[in-house]
Amino acid sequence: MDSLLNSSRPPVFCPGCSHDKVVHALDQALTEMGFSGEDVVIVTDIGCSGLFDTFFHSHAFHGLHGRALTYATGIKMAQPDLKVIVTMGDGGLGIGGAHLLSTCRRNIDITLLVLNNFNYGMTGGQCSSTTPRDAVVGSGFLNRLEKPMDICQVAGAAGAPWVGRASTYDDALVAELKAAIAFEGFSLLDIWGLCPGRYTRKNKLNPKGIAADLALLPDVSGYRKRNERMEYGRAYRQEAAALEAPSEPVRIEAGCRAPQRGRQEVVVLGSAGQRIITAGELICLAGATAGCHATQKNDYPITVMRGHSVSEVILSENEIEYTGIENPSAVIALAPEGVGRRSRMFSALSPEALVIRAEGIELPPTAARVVAVDFKAKKIKSPDWALASLVVLAHENRVLTMDMLKGALGFRFKKEVLEMAKAVVDKISA
Amino acid sequence: MGLTLMEGNEAIGWGAMAAGCSFFAGYPITPATTIYNTMLRLLPPRGGVCLQGEDEIASIGFCLGASMAGMKAMTATSGPGISLYSEQISFAIGSEIPIVIVDVQRLGPSTGSATKGADGDIQFLQWGNSGGLPVIVLAPVDVKDCYTLTMEAFNLAERFRCPVFVAANKEISMTRETFDLDALDLPEVVERRRSDGRRPFLPFGAAEGRQVPDFLPIGGRTLVRQTSSTHGPDGYITTDPAEIAMMQDRLDAKLQSSVSGFTHYDEYVVPGADTLVVAYGVTARAARTAVRHAEKSGRKASLLVLKTLWPVPEQLIREKAEPYTRVVMPEMNLGQYVRELQRVLPGKGIDFLGRMNGELIKPGQIQEVIQHG
Repeated sequence: MDSLLNSSRPPVFCPGCSHDKVVHALDQALTEMGFSGEDVVIVTDIGCSGLFDTFFHSHAFHGLHGRALTYATGIKMAQPDLKVIVTMGDGGLGIGGAHLLSTCRRNIDITLLVLNNFNYGMTGGQCSSTTPRDAVVGSGFLNRLEKPMDICQVAGAAGAPWVGRASTYDDALVAELKAAIAFEGFSLLDIWGLCPGRYTRKNKLNPKGIAADLALLPDVSGYRKRNERMEYGRAYRQEAAALEAPSEPVRIEAGCRAPQRGRQEVVVLGSAGQRIITAGELICLAGATAGCHATQKNDYPITVMRGHSVSEVILSENEIEYTGIENPSAVIALAPEGVGRRSRMFSALSPEALVIRAEGIELPPTAARVVAVDFKAKKIKSPDWALASLVVLAHENRVLTMDMLKGALGFRFKKEVLEMAKAVVDKISA
Repeated sequence: MGLTLMEGNEAIGWGAMAAGCSFFAGYPITPATTIYNTMLRLLPPRGGVCLQGEDEIASIGFCLGASMAGMKAMTATSGPGISLYSEQISFAIGSEIPIVIVDVQRLGPSTGSATKGADGDIQFLQWGNSGGLPVIVLAPVDVKDCYTLTMEAFNLAERFRCPVFVAANKEISMTRETFDLDALDLPEVVERRRSDGRRPFLPFGAAEGRQVPDFLPIGGRTLVRQTSSTHGPDGYITTDPAEIAMMQDRLDAKLQSSVSGFTHYDEYVVPGADTLVVAYGVTARAARTAVRHAEKSGRKASLLVLKTLWPVPEQLIREKAEPYTRVVMPEMNLGQYVRELQRVLPGKGIDFLGRMNGELIKPGQIQEVIQHG
């Protein structure tokens, strides 16, 4: 098998740089595995390891610092048969830490080679997330304050099923590379090496020292079994294949007649859990059954099941321009939270406006006609008050009719829920 | 014909599907989350991919990888997420990666108000990248635009190999609205132009007389190089000033010289008007009402609704403003796009109405400016 190295761009690193050896070891691994350039994409990070893609005659993607795993993930999901190999340094690993953890958790079929030389070589030898505390680097005293991390333990704890460490100078490097590349799932090989341009000028480190340091680290072979599971892309496609195709958007044909012409604004004021937003949607759907255009704007806090819930709906036979509320035809007041949210609106209501007020809810002074409804007396529970209010609105022949409302219910609800909604309509109508 | 009730974000999702979107990745953020929800419902059952990134940087990174592997990709976020996208946007511009980016604007600065609308990112979308090269920004007015302009955004991203923004607003995206889906005037779907293999493939080499390089996907039988570094046509780093200048000029010219071909706008011309209201986004709706009301009064105004905001459609703005003595621009910010009008229309009286309080600008407020300045 031919070498995958780019004959027109031979590797150029600082003299004695371990990256040069890894380039050749990776080429040997790929050729021995029978890959050609079209089968492989090399995705590189920023820094000296970011030069790798130019030295290979393969697909290549060189992007932003720390983000190589994000591109690799997108490429692998789009091209499941492509062999995706990422190279980054200990710098890229640190800045892209969130992506490392998530890639481990996903177990997507990517091989990550960390060219770990304990410093930022390209910018002057500053400390990285793997710099020993006693090293002398370009960051002054700062590395003495931070504990270096063991990449493999971090990756294993995050769910990576294949993690391994190797010295650039170990005869087993090619075999380790082949095993990592052959693994179906996320594999991470932490490759320790020397940076003669920066790191070893002030720190005593040599191949022997690397081997000795590596020997002191805890064994990580147990993650293989512990994190074993289906590869992400394969699992994704399996899950997706079981999904039902979504239904097309519903088209509502006009069959009813709206009781009034012109712009009709309705404001529903309630609290979380009162199905205020659903009531707003029902008014829109009811409008559509009469050929009316509709808009719905909602206002609620981030809390679920607590706080105000407000829905503002506009119906009109013409297309609706401004979606804000200016002159409501009807206001439905079902909870103090909602009323409080729009308290300034009441004094501005016109005498023609209709307010439906749940018994017990206090309102600011208003010129509008107020109809009080005792939902409790009709044994209607609070989550159904909004729907029941729409029935009252229909009985008042305001904004919508019972035909429109029934049509809306048919579009919005199915089976048991539709029956329950109809039961509420019957109760309030009784 | 029938009416469909949908919020703007859902329409963006359906529009993306109609344009052939096959990849979406996003990170949940109000008011953009329902785009992600929609894509998660629509894409996987149809063989597409929808991912939730660990953050915004990852989400757009997934998209850039997938796009270079041949998929039509979209992501969606709001102001805080656009901030995090910034470096990746620069990458997509400089390395000619097609992507649709939806910004559902919310009230800033910073975390701001998650559920309040604004148009506060309008300059940021153009200038929030390093290098200062042009981008395309389209601004929907309503749910129909959310559908059709998202399709246009995909077409433009494919045609020009660049990021295209859909500058939505919470007030459009999270507002439900009826529309006649079957009556929409949909554009033909455009695919990126692929190399025909008749000459050696250069990943960034535009053919003679063309401004956009032909595409081949990473993972195909022809080797493809992609790089965020300053590169020549072959995708390798270049330090040659002439080659650098040629690439930068082409990136600038491919959009600047073509904007008249994708200048989307609406207009309402009122005979006898001396004032032209120029508006975009949700504010254009209030402006339409204001202009209608003003028509019955002494001082009439016409309306120009801009839907292509960047590159600035200078020719259109000059032509449309020419007959008027005065221009009024309302914006849901403290004065952003009005700067472009001032630049394009020197000497024209321009009255600005800006609001940034989380509420829609009201028709009456615009009418007031039309009538009294």
